This record gives sequence, structure tokens and C-alpha cells, in this order.
Amino acid sequence: MNLLTRRNALKLGLAGSALLATGSQALAQLQIIVEGANFQPLPIAIPDFASADPAFGAEIADIVRNNLRRSGLFVPLDPASLPSRVGDVQSTPDFATYRAANIDALVMGQVERGAQIQSSVRVWDTQQALQVVGRSYGTDAQAYRRVAHIISDAIYEALAGETGYFDSRVVYVSETGPKANRTKRLAIMDQDGANVQYITSGRSLVLTPRFSPTSQQLTYLNYESGNPQVYLLDLASGNQQRLGSFGQMSFAPRFSPDGRTVAFSVEQGGSTNIYALPIGASQPAQLTSGAAIDTGPSYSPDGSRIVFESDRGGNPQLYVMSASGGGAQRISYGQGSYSTPVWSPKGDNIAFTRMSGGQFQIGIMKPDGSGERVLVSSFHAEGPTWAPNGRVIMFFRDPGGDAGPQLHSVDIWGRNEQRIPTESFASDPAWSPLRT
Amino acid sequence: MRSLTPIFGFLRGLALIVLVVAVAACSRTPATGVGNLGPGGGAPGSQQEFLVSVGDRVFFETDSSSLTATAQDTLNKQAAWLNQYTNYRILIEGHADERGTREYNIALGARRASVVVNYLVSRGVQANRITSQSFGKERPVAICNDISCWSQNRRAVTVVQ
Repeated sequence: MNLLTRRNALKLGLAGSALLATGSQALAQLQIIVEGANFQPLPIAIPDFASADPAFGAEIADIVRNNLRRSGLFVPLDPASLPSRVGDVQSTPDFATYRAANIDALVMGQVERGAQIQSSVRVWDTQQALQVVGRSYGTDAQAYRRVAHIISDAIYEALAGETGYFDSRVVYVSETGPKANRTKRLAIMDQDGANVQYITSGRSLVLTPRFSPTSQQLTYLNYESGNPQVYLLDLASGNQQRLGSFGQMSFAPRFSPDGRTVAFSVEQGGSTNIYALPIGASQPAQLTSGAAIDTGPSYSPDGSRIVFESDRGGNPQLYVMSASGGGAQRISYGQGSYSTPVWSPKGDNIAFTRMSGGQFQIGIMKPDGSGERVLVSSFHAEGPTWAPNGRVIMFFRDPGGDAGPQLHSVDIWGRNEQRIPTESFASDPAWSPLRT
Repeated sequence: MRSLTPIFGFLRGLALIVLVVAVAACSRTPATGVGNLGPGGGAPGSQQEFLVSVGDRVFFETDSSSLTATAQDTLNKQAAWLNQYTNYRILIEGHADERGTREYNIALGARRASVVVNYLVSRGVQANRITSQSFGKERPVAICNDISCWSQNRRAVTVVQ
């Protein structure tokens, strides 16, 4: 098997869900990929990066290897087994040696740490004797992990044919203390669990954070003023402010794709409806009406539509309506109830939590409700959020009892579930866009 | 086989005791501050009397905010007491069990609280004495993995203050 075949297989795998829409021939291809029978992760050789500080070069290479391994699309080879232990970006590799070792993809890197981090990386196709990626990066010394993430994204993009997602962050709810009275704080970390920062004190109950499209702001639910209301938090300054005071309470906030509007639920007298407020305005527009519970609004990436959950038909189900309200169409028709819809950043899928037969499931469906696929089924799994490339989902699992929730990721074919390490219990993950 | 029967009988008894202890343990969570005032009905008109003799909470079926006959009995007693002791302000807390998603449960807790508020008002309690708040599934009192536990968490609690 040569690299081109493997690379094409990888690209095909990533394109699988797009192919679904094109007909039965494509469906057969998808079937193979979903069942994993023909899917082969790509072996890749990543020697330690050359550096005046060898331990630093090894650390950077490790971050890259771990990113690619966790994606499920690559198998980084044991660095001790490679023909060269340390990368060399100055010269062309001896391809015959690598081909003899059955290594098709090779990453050679160098990194130096001074006042700035300087890094160069070259990705080689050893079968074709071809350079696939050649780039140099510079960043400030504190952000050294970002260099490794940016390099990981470049490798992923070149070999998998999709934009990457490694240079991104996740905001979540950190949970500590007894279950009956948990302290819940907002925390933010890199997508791989590193660089955790706590951004609220835990004095008041906070839930359901979401990033603005620039990742500079969060919107979330805060009990600080008694009845829960929607808040905004500026990440650079740490300033928090209440969006307003609406009804008995307001909750379930999400930014619009242009970042100028927040959609959320307002509860009054037991009825819950969806509203949208342009930031800076005082009077939100009411998008749904009636005695039912309408919540969990999520905009389509073009901003024209909103998917939400409603129990207007009895139990919670998913509906899609115009972003200005009206024309709601039910899209979920499987057994049980559906909750927490999240539109993928590519627009091609909607992720959800489904409750059926005493189990919780994480699944995806097309925006018209077709192509439903369950990715994870367990005692309690909840709250999907999309990686910026729309190919990986993060969510939380809760084993119940005195234990607490933990973050997991899974790809959209239901493969490669991984726990994301956090130092406390963690719930409500929300993935940022790629950083800029 | 026959010789095993007493052992099974013993084990069954043991299991029953363990179950009772477990339920008692998880229905008395100190952090919630309710149900911990010990025996005795409390002085007439006291918060303890409301808690012990009247009953401060009602329970709901899964995914429901309808008042059961038992819940209506409790609320009738609450209304009579609250109408007699008009010096208290009243907070109705709505709660859901953990077998639902977070945001929906916040809305469900609010709907349950609202049903209780409306019922008490229909029984003559002045609406301006009452406020309500939903905690969704964030403040369980019973913590274990079975149905008897979850049912204790689907509740509305009347706090007199």
C-alpha cells in the first residue's frame, strides 16, 4: 500500500459524511468506513524535533504525536524505533531507509526557544520522495504548546484533506465538592487538556458556557443575582456583565455566527420561550410562543436558521425554525426524546443528546432529520459540542451516584472515543473555533 | 438446595436492611438544610412546625409537572398553615432528577415551581408573598443510582423565611 492510497483513503474517510448526500454508491463507501472494516489509520514517523534544548524538542514532538494519535486518523510510530531519533529540517531524508522501514509519512522538525519560539517543519511522502508540507512558525515563548498545535493542524490538513482542530480551546464547567451542593466554576483549557485556567470563583452557580465566534467572549448562565440570568464574560479583561433581566429567568444562551446576537430561553410563569437580543440592545425579540418549554437554541453557521428543543408535542424533540422565528418544523422522529441540539460548524449535521430506553445517547442527524446516527450510548452522556472542523464531538459522561461527570470525545463515525483529562469533574464542554 | 434456604432468607433480610440504610442516608443530605431538625413538631407557627408537621415538599412523576393527589394534600396543608402565619415570605424551589439534560431540567424545575405557586395562590396564599426559583438537576437531595432515589429529587420545596 503506498502513501497516495493511504492518503486518499484518509481523505475519503473524512469526506464520508459529505458523500452520504450524493447517493447510494457513496453510502456503500460510508458504510465500510463507519464499520471500520477498511479504515486504516496512517502510520507516521515523527522523530523528536531538533533543538539546542533536546528535552524541549522532544516535548514539542510529543504534543504533535499525541494530537495526531488522539484524532484516530494517525498512528505515530515509537520514536525509539525510527531510523533517526532526532529531526533534521536542513537536508532531504534518505527515502530508501524509510521505505525499507515501511514508513510512508515522515515529519522532520526543529524548534528553538529564545525570546521567541522559532520552529520549522517539513512533512515528507517517502514513497513519492515528495515534500508535502514545509513551513516555519514564530510565536512568543509562553505559547510554545500552540506551535505544536499549529504544526499538528498543518500535518492533519495536508494528509487528511480537512482543516485541523488542534489549535483550539474548550470552556467547561469544573465541578468539585459534594454532589448535593457542587461548586461549579467556568474553566478553559487547550483542546488536549493542557493550560487549565479557572475563570469564575465558584461563589455563584454557573452553567452552560459558550464561546463567541472570535473566542474573545463567553455567554453563560449565572445564579449570581438570585434568579438565573444570562451573562457575558470578556476573556481578556475577565469582566462579567448580565445581558439583562428577562422574565423569571433567562438561560441556555448561544451566540449567533456573526457574534452580534445572543439567543436564549426566557421562563415566565412556567412557560419557556426562545428570544434573541442584539448585544447592546435592551429589548429581545421573541422567537417562539406558547406554554411549552422551548430551549437549547443553536444557529446554523449561515445564521439563517435555529435548531432548538421543545416539548410542545409531549416530550422534548428537535425543531428547526427561521432565525427570526416562525415556521418551526420537527426533525427528530426516533424513539425517546431529543435534547441539546448543536449545529455543526460546517452546517452538515446537528448533534444532540437522546434519551431512550433508560439510556442516554450522543448522536448526529442531517438538518432535515435524515441520516440519524448514534455515536455513543451509555447510562448518562450529554451535551455534545463540535470541534471546529465538524469531524469530532466532545461531550460529558456521568456514571451517576456520588461520582461526577468527565469529558470525552468521539469522531462522527462513532469511533475513537477518548477521555479528555481534567483535574476535577467536568461537564458542559464548548469547543472554540480555531484560534487566530 | 433445602439447606441453602435459611442462608437466602438471611441474605434477603440483610439486603433489605442495607437498602433501608441507603435510602435513609441519601434522603438526609445535610447540605440542603432541610429534614434535619430531628424529632418533635416544633412550636406552633415555627419553621420547624412547617417542616415537620405540615411537610415542606411535594414530588412529581418522571417528566411531569402535574400535582398528584398526595401533593395536593400536602399543598392544602401548606396553604392553611401559610394563611394562618402570614409573617413569612415564601420561596418555592423547583427541582428535577438527573435523568434529563441540564437546560431542559432548568425549565422543568421552573414549570414545577410555577404549578405549586399557582396552587397555593388558588388556596388563598397571597401571590406577592411568593417567589420561585428553579435549580434544575443541580441540587439533588438523594444521591444514588436507582428509581427510588430519582423520585425524591423530582420535587418542589416550599421554603418559609
